[in-house]
Amino acid sequence: MNRLDRKLGLLSALPLTAVLALSFVAPMLVVAIFSVMPQKVFSFANMPDFSSYRVFLEQGYYKSLMWSVGMAFAATLILLVLCWPLAYGMAKVFGRFTLVLTIAVVASLFVSENIRLFGWVLTLMKGGLIEGHLRAFTGISFDTPLYGVPIIVFGLVYVYLPFMLFPLAQGIAMVPDDTRQAAYDLGASRWQVLWQIEVPLAAPGIVVGSLLSFVLACGALAESKILGGQAVIAIADDIETAFTFGQNWPLGSALSVILIVIIGVLALYGVGRVDLDAIMGRRR
Amino acid sequence: MDSTALLRLRGIVKKFGSFTALNGIDLEIREGEFFTIVGPSGSGKSTLIRLLVGMDDLTEGTIWLRGERIDQTPANLRPTCMVFQSLALFPHMNVGQNIEFPLKLRKVAPQRRRERVNELLDLLRLPRSYYDKRIAQCSGGERQRVALARALAFDPEILFFDEPLSALDYRLRKTLEKELKDLHARTGKTFVYITHSLEEAMVMSDRIAIMREGRFEQIAVADEIYNRPVSRFVAEFMGEVNLFEIRADAGGTLSGKALEIAPDARLDALAPGTEALLMVRPEYLRFDGPGERFEFALSGTLHGEYALGSRIQYEIETETGMVTVEKLREDRVRLKEGQPVRVGFDAADTHVIAEPA
Repeated sequence: MNRLDRKLGLLSALPLTAVLALSFVAPMLVVAIFSVMPQKVFSFANMPDFSSYRVFLEQGYYKSLMWSVGMAFAATLILLVLCWPLAYGMAKVFGRFTLVLTIAVVASLFVSENIRLFGWVLTLMKGGLIEGHLRAFTGISFDTPLYGVPIIVFGLVYVYLPFMLFPLAQGIAMVPDDTRQAAYDLGASRWQVLWQIEVPLAAPGIVVGSLLSFVLACGALAESKILGGQAVIAIADDIETAFTFGQNWPLGSALSVILIVIIGVLALYGVGRVDLDAIMGRRR
Repeated sequence: MDSTALLRLRGIVKKFGSFTALNGIDLEIREGEFFTIVGPSGSGKSTLIRLLVGMDDLTEGTIWLRGERIDQTPANLRPTCMVFQSLALFPHMNVGQNIEFPLKLRKVAPQRRRERVNELLDLLRLPRSYYDKRIAQCSGGERQRVALARALAFDPEILFFDEPLSALDYRLRKTLEKELKDLHARTGKTFVYITHSLEEAMVMSDRIAIMREGRFEQIAVADEIYNRPVSRFVAEFMGEVNLFEIRADAGGTLSGKALEIAPDARLDALAPGTEALLMVRPEYLRFDGPGERFEFALSGTLHGEYALGSRIQYEIETETGMVTVEKLREDRVRLKEGQPVRVGFDAADTHVIAEPA
């Protein structure tokens, strides 16, 4: 019985394995190989050198990477703090209102990210929805918050909120009510219950939510382009430029490999630390 | 005021909207007592215990612990502690960390903490090596003991139990009932236990309170409740029972439906000119035989015979309904189904419940 299950399992995994090998592993390999080719070539028929990685260090591309990772980190932290109470409410308090909230948050995903970001530009720009009305009615004016680092982080928080909110709510829902009550009954304060019971037990949700938003934010470029007006350049922006205007596939590949390695290591570390089965469904 | 009362409740009322879950509870629990609250589901016993540990707010009334009013004190500041029905162990901590959780909150030094955990593991007959064991790897009985150890580590004035044995299988439950009673004797703590199982209550408790619809129906020692229930509800809740309507006329002459009553039979508890319920436990009923003389007797036909392990139960259909007789297996009477039988009992084996039918 068990062996048959195993066989059937392997068999049904076959098509997806083939698709993944073709569409996921193959391009990654191509990118990895290109990343060690000399500058601006379009073929593998060259002697490998690591010039692209040197360019990354020498021409300041590492700064873009640090901005991207830094802003993604900030956005993830803000999302955690922001989403915890909301997710708590959805998991434990709101009841049927949770569905309304879920639909509202999901509905925002129906509109393209770029369009939503341009909406923010129209809202926040000088003479835009807010400043324009304020000036027209009161004569008071203020500088636009657009085109800076804080607004990019705001954009990341805004765009990736659902990716933190839902896993977090799922994680909090897994904390049994009576463990919280038992800890409280045994003398724990609200903070002690939060740190010693709720956070560790909701850890799978916290890790999944943080990884999703962090990884997506690391590779984001629309926020820095549209809201940030390229006040700082995101690494994804550099990668795009290298592949398109720059016509430098090896450089673009090397930047991609660096980003993938950093994110991959972080993701494996995070996933390795929690019991993901708990949130993704129990493995028998 | 009763100076021996550790916990004192006065006029406890709890309402959920328009529903009254607890309706005027007065109670005194003595130091070192094993006190059990028994009632069917929905009787309010869980609500009461949640109020006592501070997980819910009461609507009216006061709670005093050692003369100090605690009803407004939040749960984490009350010197009481509860063992949950689910046990509520912390799955992300191992056995040792679970037990020392309350000690860690009080910032007890690690060395002293470890010692105390070892003492508690010994007390509950768990190997000391269990300190590093994961909760998920513990059996049901072991988890029970870990939950108890954790509650004892808190060193509460009163230890509350919310049906912690109800999810276990029969044999383990029987073992743990005795262990719990033993633990109570060895620790000298005050235990307040709630259960829907009368049997559990009888095995362990010093005193039992029977709860019904948000009130206490009777509070007494087990024997008293078994032999002298105050109402039909308590009598029926405390196991198999036969209840007969009985009347005494102004002259003191007894009469009851389907009952043949000997002229010299007397029920002192029944005042002339009143009616009541006459209670007889099934083990006090005797079958008619040579030389047998009853003060009260009934006739009927045998409906069925059931083997209950060490005892045999007979159901007899009579004019006033089904009557239950119980005999030890060794005293088994050979009877055929549908056979007419006559059974009886004496006034000394009965109890009068002053509740009209």
